[in-house]
Amino acid sequence: MNIYINGTGCVSPLETAVEGRLPLAAPSLDNVRLKAAEPDYKQWIDIKMIRRMSRVIKMGVAAAQLSLREAGIRKPEGIITGTAYGCLDDTGVFLTKMITQQEEMLTPTAFIQSTHNTVAGQIALLLECHAYNNTFVHKGFSFEHTLIDSIMQLREGKVSNILAGAMDELTNHSFNILSRFNLFKHTAAGEGAACFVLSTEKGPHAVAKLKGVSVLYKPASAEEVAADIVGFLAAHSCSQEDVDLVITGRNGDPAGDAWYEHVENNVFANLPVARFKHLCGEYPTASAFGTWMASRIIASQEVTPAVLFKGTAPSEIKKVLLYNHHDTSHHSMILLSKC
Amino acid sequence: MSGNDVWVLGGGVICGIGNNVPECIASFRQMKPGMTTMQYLSSTHRDSFPVVEVKADNATLAARAGLPAHISRTALLSAVAAKEAWNSAQLGNIREYRVGLVSANTVGGMDKTEDFFAEYLQDNQSGRLRNVVNHECGSITELVADTLGIRHHVSTISTACSSSANAIMYGARLLKNNLVDVVIAGGTDALTRFTLNGFNTLMILDQQACRPFDDTRTGLNLGEGAGYIVMVSDAIAKKMEIHPWCKLTGYANANDAYHQTASSPDGIGNYLAMQQAMEMAGITPADMSYINLHGTGTLNNDLSEGTAIQRLFGNAVPPVSSTKSFTGHTLGASGGIEAVFAALAVKEGYLYPNAQFSHQMKELTFSPVTTFSEGNVINNVMSNSFGFGGNCSSLVFSKDVNT
Repeated sequence: MNIYINGTGCVSPLETAVEGRLPLAAPSLDNVRLKAAEPDYKQWIDIKMIRRMSRVIKMGVAAAQLSLREAGIRKPEGIITGTAYGCLDDTGVFLTKMITQQEEMLTPTAFIQSTHNTVAGQIALLLECHAYNNTFVHKGFSFEHTLIDSIMQLREGKVSNILAGAMDELTNHSFNILSRFNLFKHTAAGEGAACFVLSTEKGPHAVAKLKGVSVLYKPASAEEVAADIVGFLAAHSCSQEDVDLVITGRNGDPAGDAWYEHVENNVFANLPVARFKHLCGEYPTASAFGTWMASRIIASQEVTPAVLFKGTAPSEIKKVLLYNHHDTSHHSMILLSKC
Repeated sequence: MSGNDVWVLGGGVICGIGNNVPECIASFRQMKPGMTTMQYLSSTHRDSFPVVEVKADNATLAARAGLPAHISRTALLSAVAAKEAWNSAQLGNIREYRVGLVSANTVGGMDKTEDFFAEYLQDNQSGRLRNVVNHECGSITELVADTLGIRHHVSTISTACSSSANAIMYGARLLKNNLVDVVIAGGTDALTRFTLNGFNTLMILDQQACRPFDDTRTGLNLGEGAGYIVMVSDAIAKKMEIHPWCKLTGYANANDAYHQTASSPDGIGNYLAMQQAMEMAGITPADMSYINLHGTGTLNNDLSEGTAIQRLFGNAVPPVSSTKSFTGHTLGASGGIEAVFAALAVKEGYLYPNAQFSHQMKELTFSPVTTFSEGNVINNVMSNSFGFGGNCSSLVFSKDVNT
C-alpha cells in the first residue's frame, strides 16, 4: 500500500507558513533562541479565540489548516498530533498563579488549555471532526509515533486519510530552564509546528510518498544505529545506493553530531547530506520540520544551498532518508520517496 | 480465532483501594471506597475535598518499585503496577521478548515541578534541576521502561482522562503490526496540586464522596494510581502455553467535537466510540454483559454518557457501574485501571458495585449495579473513557469462545 503526503503545512522560524517552501539562502539566524514566524491566524480562527489561545495551539491549527488546504480536503478521517512538551505556556501561567496566589482565586482558562491534547482537540472542534483523535507525548519520538499510528491505521483500510503533525512551543520559562541543562551551548533552541495529510490515495497536489518510519531508543553505539538503518532500508526494499539524499539532524553539538558523522561516513559514503536544525532550532519534535523539508525537497526536486551540508545536490531526487536523534537518546529514521 | 486476536494475559493495579489487584477486589467485595482526607498531597484545599490517595508514601513506593524515592510519584506508581502486570502474565524473563511499554499520563512529573517552580519563581537560577528533569510525560514512561528493561517500543499518550484507553488501543495495533511480541499498556497519574486546583476552577469537585450516576451527584473526587494490562498477539500465543484472562476484541476512539472540556448533551462522541468498538468486536447490544462506566460523577459526564448508552442499548441496558465511586477519578490512569477491572470481570465473572448510589437519575431509565457479585456469566465487557478535548474511547474485552 502506498501512503501519499497529499498536503503539508509548516509554521517555523522561517516564513514557511506564508511561502510554503524553503529559502534559497540560509537566513542568518544567529540567535540562541529561534522564534516561530507566525502567520495571520485570522484566516482560520475567530479573533476572540486568537486572543485566548496560546502560540502552540495557534501554530498547530495553522499548520493543520495549511496542510488540509493543500490536500484539498476539509475534514480528515483521523487527527493525530505529537508534542513533547504540550501546552507549556498555559501550564506555566496556571502553575505561576497557583503558587503566587497560594491556590486561591484561580481561573480555569489556562488549566483547560494546558492539557497535551488541546491542539488536537481544538482542530477537531474547528473542523467539527468526530474521527479518531490521539496525541503522543513521548519526547523525541512524539512525531514519529504519530506517523507510526497513522501508517498502521491507513494499512487497516478503514480510513483513507489522516491529519498527522507535531508541535512544540518554547516559552520564557522553558528556555530558561532548558538553558540551565546546558542544552543550547552549541545550538539554538527552536519551536514550530508541521502537519501532513497522509492518504492511501494520491491527491492532486501530492508532494511525496511516506515509505516508512522507525525509532530506536537509547542505542548503545553509533554502530548499532548504522546497522538499524541498513535493516530499516532493507525492510522497505531499498538499498543504501537507492537513497539520493540523506538529511540528518546535525545541530552543531559535537557529541551529538558524532552520531550523524558515523552514519554519513559508514552507511552513506559519498552521498550528499542536508541539514535542517540551523533553520528550525533544536526541539524534541524538530523531525517534523525535517520531514516537511524532505517532502518539499522531493516535490521541488531542488536542494538549496541553504540546507546542503556536504556533497553536491543530486540531479534527480527519488528517495530521501531523514535520520534524526534528539539528545542522543531518541533516534529515528523516516524514508520518503517521489510520488 | 481470527489470527489477529489480541490476548490479555494479566494486569496490575495500584490505586486508593489497594496496592495490587487482589487488594482492590477485596475492597469491592467489602464495599470499601477509598475516599479520605489528604495524607500525602499538600494543599490548602486539604479540608475541602476528599481524595482517593494511594495509601503509601514515596519512600515506601520507591522501595517497591526499585527506584529512587526522589523521583516523581507518577513514575513510582507506574513501576509498581507495571511490575505486577508483568508478573501476572507469567511470561518469564522480559528480555527474551520484543516488549513495548505504552503508558499514558496527563501531567508527567508535575508533582516535582511544583516544588521546583516555587523556588524558580523567586530566582530563575534556583530550584533543584533534578525536580524538573522528568517533567515531560515521556520521561515518566522511560523511567519505568528502563527499570523493567524495555527498549523495543516505548511510547506515551496523553488525551486527558481517556489517555490510557488510547495507550491500550495503540499497544494492540503494535501487536497486530508485529512491531513487538508483548505490550504492557495502560497509564499512571499521581495527585498533584496542579490538577486539584485545575479541577477546582471548573467547579466539578465534590466535597463529599462522589456519587456517579446518582441524581444528587455534584462532581468527582480525584484519585491517583496506575493500571496496566499485558497483551500478546496470536503469533506469540500460539508459540507458548499461555493462561489468558480474555481477549481485547474491540476498540474505538471518536471525538465529541463539542467543547474543550464539556461533553455534548447527546454524548455523540461517547456513542460513536461505544458503537464502533462493539462493531469491531462483532457483537450486538444484546451480547454485552457489563459496562464499566466512565462515570465520573459530574452532572455533565454522567448525563451525556447515560444518554449515549440509552441510545445504543435502548431498553436493554446491561449491568453497569462506575468503579470511580471507589477509586476516584485517576485521570490518565483511569483507563488502565478500569481495563484491568474489565478484563478481570470477564475472567472471574465479577460485577463491580457502584458505591454511594441511592437516587435514580430522572433522565435515565437504568441505574447502576450496587453490590459486588462473582460467578456471573460475563462474555463481553465494555470499558469507557472520556476526556477533555472531546476525546472518547471505548474498549471491549471478551471471553474466548474456545475456553
